Amino acid sequence: MEIPTIVGAGLIVIGAGLGIGRIGGSAMDAIARQPEASGKIQTAMLIAAALIEGIGFAALFAA
Amino acid sequence: MYKINLLKTLTFLFFAITISVGATNNTDQTSSAEQESPVKNLKIEIKEYINHHLLDSYDFTFFSYTNDAGEHKYVSAPLPVILIDNGLKIFSSSKFHHGESVAEVDGDYYVVYHNKIYKTDALGTIESDEAHHATNEKPMDFSITKNVVFIIFVGLFMLLIFSRMANSYKNNPMPKGIGRLFEPLILFIRNDIAIPNIGEKHYRKYMSYLLTVFFFIWIINLLGLTPLGVNVTNNIAVTLALALVTYFITTFSGNKNYWKHVFWMPDVPWPMKIILAPIELLGTFIKPFSLMIRLYANITAGHIVMMSIIGLMFVFKNWIGSSLSFGLALALALLELLVAALQAYIFTMLSALYFGSAVEEHDHH
Repeated sequence: MEIPTIVGAGLIVIGAGLGIGRIGGSAMDAIARQPEASGKIQTAMLIAAALIEGIGFAALFAA
Repeated sequence: MYKINLLKTLTFLFFAITISVGATNNTDQTSSAEQESPVKNLKIEIKEYINHHLLDSYDFTFFSYTNDAGEHKYVSAPLPVILIDNGLKIFSSSKFHHGESVAEVDGDYYVVYHNKIYKTDALGTIESDEAHHATNEKPMDFSITKNVVFIIFVGLFMLLIFSRMANSYKNNPMPKGIGRLFEPLILFIRNDIAIPNIGEKHYRKYMSYLLTVFFFIWIINLLGLTPLGVNVTNNIAVTLALALVTYFITTFSGNKNYWKHVFWMPDVPWPMKIILAPIELLGTFIKPFSLMIRLYANITAGHIVMMSIIGLMFVFKNWIGSSLSFGLALALALLELLVAALQAYIFTMLSALYFGSAVEEHDHH
C-alpha cells in the first residue's frame, strides 16, 4: 500500500466516524426528549448508520 | 471486484490448500525461506495465515502444525472436487496434496494455483502474463468447497429446526424447546421489521424470505466466530447471491407506483424528472450493491482485526503482550457477537424497506 492510499483510507474512516457519531448523538438527544419513541428512533438510527457505513466500506475498497 | 482479484493474486498461500488422504496426517518439508530473519518472517507468516483464513478452500482443515522434526503436518478432511471440462469430473481434493502436487484425472492434469483450479500438464506448469495472472485454461468449477459445505449445513439445520417448530405449533400454541428462543425473534421480525416497513396489507408474502435471510446470515455469522474457521459471509460471491435475491424480489414485486417513481417522478418539475430518472434507475442497482458490500466488508474486517490481534500474541512473545491480546480478542469477540446479529438485522431491515418501497400505494391527488 502506498502512502496516499493509507491517508485516503484514514480520511474515509474519519468521515464515516464523524457521520455515525453525529447520528448516534442526535439519536440519544431524541431518545432523551421522547423516551417513548426510542424504538422507532433506534431503527431509523441503525438504518442511517448502516447507509453511511456502506459508503465508507465502498470507499475503503476503492482505496 | 478488481481489489479482490488483486488480493487473491498477491496472496501467496504458504499453507496452501492442505489435503490429506482420509483425514490422516500428511507431511512436507518447511520451506527454505524460514532461515531468514525470524521476526520479519513471523509477520509475513501471520499475514499469510490471515489471508489464507479469509479464502475458501477445497478441503476442510482443522489445524496445521510443525512438529519437532521440522515437518509440516495438517489435520484435515478432503472434500469432493467437481469440474466440468470435457464432461463431468468428480474426484477427491486429497489428490492435490496441499495444492502442491498435480492431480491426474482421466488423462487430464489439474493444479491449484492461488486458490483456483487450473488445467495444466504433467509437470504442473503455470504460464502467467506480466501482471502475474495465470493464463492457463480454467475448467468450470462446481466443487463442494468448505463454504458450500457450511451453506448446505446451515440450510439443513434451519430446515430441521424450523419445520419441527412449525409442527409443534399444530397441537399446542405455546412454544416448546428451541422454539422458546426463536419465537421472540420471529415475532420481532414480523412486528418490528416487516409490518412497519412493508405494511399490514402486503407483509405476509415477504415474511418467508425475511425470516430465511435473517436466520441464515445470523447463524452463519455466529459459526464464523467458532474456531472452525468458517467464513461464508466474507466471501463476496455469497453476499452477492443474497443481495441478488433481494434485488429480484424488489424488481418483480414493484407495482405501477414504484416504476413511476423511478422513471417519471410525480410532483416534480419536468426538467428535474429528466435528471432524476437515471439517478433513480441507478439507485435500484446501488441498493443491492450496498447490501452486498456492507455484509461482506463488515464480516471481513471483523475477521482480519480479530486474527491480527491474536497474531500479536506471537509477535510479542511475553506475558504483557499475550494477556493484552487475549483481553482485546475477548472484547472483540463480544463485539463481533453483536455485529453478527446486527448485520443480519440490517440486511433484513433494508430488504424489507426495499420491498416496502416496491409495493407502497400512494394516494396522489
